[in-house]
Amino acid sequence: MVNPEIYEPNRETAWCPGCGDIPLRQCLAEVLAELELKPSQVTMFTGIGQAAKMPHYIKVNGFNGLHGRALPPAIGMRLANPEMKVIVESGDGDTYAEGGNHILHNIRRNPDIAHFVHNNQIYGLTKGQASPTSEETLTTSTQPNGITQRPFNPVKFAIAMGATFVARSFVGKKEHLKAMMKAAINHKGYALIDILQPCVSFNKINTYQWYMKRVYELGDDYNSTDYHDAIKKADEWGDNIPIGIIYKAEGVPIFRDRHPQIGDRVLVKEKKHPREFQALIDELK
Amino acid sequence: MDFNLVIAGEAGQGLNTLNFVLSKILFKSGFHIYSTKNYESRVRGGHNFMKIRFGDEKITAPKDEQDILLALNKASIEIHQDYVKDDGIMIYNGESYEGELREKNQDKEIFSLEAALIAQDIGNGRVANTVFVGVLLKLLGMNLKIAEEVLDEYFRRAEDIKQMNIDALHKGYEKAEVAKRRFEMPEVTPRDNQILINGNQAIGMGAAVAGVQFYSAYPMTPATGVMNYLAKRQNDLGIVVEQAEDEIAAIMMALGGSYSGIRSMTGSSGGGFALMTEAVSFAGIAELPIVIVDVQRPGPATGLPTRTEQADLLFTINAGHGDFPKMVIAVKDAEDAFYQTFRAVNLAEKYQIPVILLSDQFLADAEVNVDAFDLEELENYNGFISDKEAKNITDYRRYAFSDDGVSPMAYPGQLEDDIVLIDSDEHDEHGHIIEDAETRVKMVDKRFDKIDKLIMEDLEEPEYVGPENIDYLLIGWGSTYGPLQEARELLEQDGHDVGLLTFSDVWPLPIEELEDKIDGPTSIIVENNGTAQFSRLISAETGIMINHELVKYNGRPFTAHEIYEAIQEEVID
Ligand SMILES: Cc1ncc(C[n+]2csc(CCOP(=O)(O)OP(=O)(O)O)c2C)c(N)n1
Ligand code: SF4
Repeated sequence: MVNPEIYEPNRETAWCPGCGDIPLRQCLAEVLAELELKPSQVTMFTGIGQAAKMPHYIKVNGFNGLHGRALPPAIGMRLANPEMKVIVESGDGDTYAEGGNHILHNIRRNPDIAHFVHNNQIYGLTKGQASPTSEETLTTSTQPNGITQRPFNPVKFAIAMGATFVARSFVGKKEHLKAMMKAAINHKGYALIDILQPCVSFNKINTYQWYMKRVYELGDDYNSTDYHDAIKKADEWGDNIPIGIIYKAEGVPIFRDRHPQIGDRVLVKEKKHPREFQALIDELK
Repeated sequence: MDFNLVIAGEAGQGLNTLNFVLSKILFKSGFHIYSTKNYESRVRGGHNFMKIRFGDEKITAPKDEQDILLALNKASIEIHQDYVKDDGIMIYNGESYEGELREKNQDKEIFSLEAALIAQDIGNGRVANTVFVGVLLKLLGMNLKIAEEVLDEYFRRAEDIKQMNIDALHKGYEKAEVAKRRFEMPEVTPRDNQILINGNQAIGMGAAVAGVQFYSAYPMTPATGVMNYLAKRQNDLGIVVEQAEDEIAAIMMALGGSYSGIRSMTGSSGGGFALMTEAVSFAGIAELPIVIVDVQRPGPATGLPTRTEQADLLFTINAGHGDFPKMVIAVKDAEDAFYQTFRAVNLAEKYQIPVILLSDQFLADAEVNVDAFDLEELENYNGFISDKEAKNITDYRRYAFSDDGVSPMAYPGQLEDDIVLIDSDEHDEHGHIIEDAETRVKMVDKRFDKIDKLIMEDLEEPEYVGPENIDYLLIGWGSTYGPLQEARELLEQDGHDVGLLTFSDVWPLPIEELEDKIDGPTSIIVENNGTAQFSRLISAETGIMINHELVKYNGRPFTAHEIYEAIQEEVID
């Protein structure tokens, strides 16, 4: 078995003590180790935010790019290299605000990517403004009169858009989170986990205790393949918050399947020579 | 000796096919050819036209004066009649307004052809355009052999339609017997080693030949042609063309491909490029190779979607926030577009920088004959470390400091026991975020060391054409090259000593040749934009002030005569 320590999950970070990102990172390292993956076999794409600093705090190939833009470069890699495990890690602002257009279209693409959203219902890195998932009762330095928009429901959105794997988990339930992460990485297609992750510095509403009191795990009797049940579950929020795989569809073609011209080819291992292209010239004669 | 033909009508009347078929016939017959497109931003109706200029010598620019007008509707005659030479001929469809037309065009022959009726007789109204082809070939004194070959090729998938077109061709040819005017064509013989190509195709082909395996873009006229070219061939080439959800995604996807180790490219026109600028800056700090083509159209904002302009120069040079090195290459013609695209892909990888190619609608759509590109001479630069080297690496530094600023580049998965980390934040040699002042300065310097190396090893001076001693120095960049070449020759024929300096590499700005040529002659810069952007760039970079600025910003390209006449009036007189 691979030792989680090869992921160096105890590196010093710039996260606040007690931040929900810390246990999340630990879970991720353990999951990657349990899946027998080496750091070189995994690439993580992130945007900008506290969550998005993850590739600096865990040893895998990392692309720490632009705010909101973690998904598109992951698509680029997905086409280039089918052998790589591709993980996208980002915050709720990063994913649902700045990156809104990309998540929408990547659900349509159904690429083989596991996407872990650290949903702390706040902007951490920029010191506490509202995020798309903030509670309406929240006031912040930039929203002194309260939030001007209704909260975004990522789980419902993703299911309604036809995502093939939609889950919710909570960093306070480590075994649950690890099981979700494993299932997402093993899912063939786009797998979204909305991970409840307390921001101890700026979100004074959605604390560990707040989530702890409300989250409950979906039981074995829950059928995650039923779209209508899933939509109903997705609407549950408040006193009872379901965690688990809320919706899952198998056998939907993945993005790469729709490019039969590349098949299983690992494009990065192919080197082309200019002289191979004479036909392009002859065609215009 | 050259002939000029304009085909005009509404969008939706099949002008594109007519233009393609005619151009191909003339090209295959052995003529030099230069065709340009002029279209409106609408799918049906409006007024579109295409000019085909052809002759027995190399042609580099469009011309205003026409020998033949082929009008598919009444408006086309009204719009173009003044440009038809007095000994020219106007061919149109139908007879409804003979009198009025004849009066206005006394000396010209007006040949009326019931093409639609002929086509209906043949059994398909859509073959009317081919009737015109037959008429034209007769007027030009050509036979139908090559035309039949071209139609055969063009309609090879539809036997019955092919036959109808061939019938239409013959019918038109017979009809034209009664036309009074004939044209004396110069003798030409087909040349094997030539191709007919436009600027967008040349860029697409340059990318493919350079081994680009991924092209992601969001459609925007006039850049879409590059995407179409590659998309149509993606199955044969085994590459991927992805239509991204927006231009931000387009460039970020390409950067993801580039990080993964494959050559990737994106393209748009000015407005789309504007959305990409944050990522251009990111490519700068992350040191990811990327080629971005900006096929310019007039701005600001949505501007004139289907027209031409060279007004993104200063924007592209300054695109992206912060200080970082990049390269901007303005392509001059279809041939240059091919070789420069190939070169851009290699330089992006060699220096791990963004390289921007500037083209424009004029060049994108201009179809010309050029010598078939020579692939024998082309060699790809491999910017990645070898797999052998990769085996021995245990402490990989993506941003290792080096003498020339270029760090060893590996792709994820290439290092068995190490990882590849890239970052948009300022970082250390490993790619990890830093904030200390000293590393920051070293990293900025490292990135600019690469540009010093590029200037030493790869920057190309502008091309100079003309005698040693000159009275006038013409300066241009990018696609004005062709019109300027012809304008220079026209001035020379008048006995003037004129030189022409045309820039392809515009950033970093090569200055040696300019400094060498500028002293003495009267300098005239010619630009397809309103504020003489290149003139401003030259003065900002070198302190040189150009004597005359000749600009055009009505959305149309320069013709050679227009430049020639403007210089006569404004400079020489
Ligand atoms: C284009 C751009 N806009 C804004 C920012 C500033 N910014 C950095 S992170 C962030 C929000 C982060 O919030 P979230 O994604 O929820 O992540 P968290 O920090 O809470 O983990 C913002 C607005 C930026 N870096 N780039
Ligand atoms: S600000 Fe919040 S999200 Fe950011 S590190 Fe601190 S606790 Fe975590």
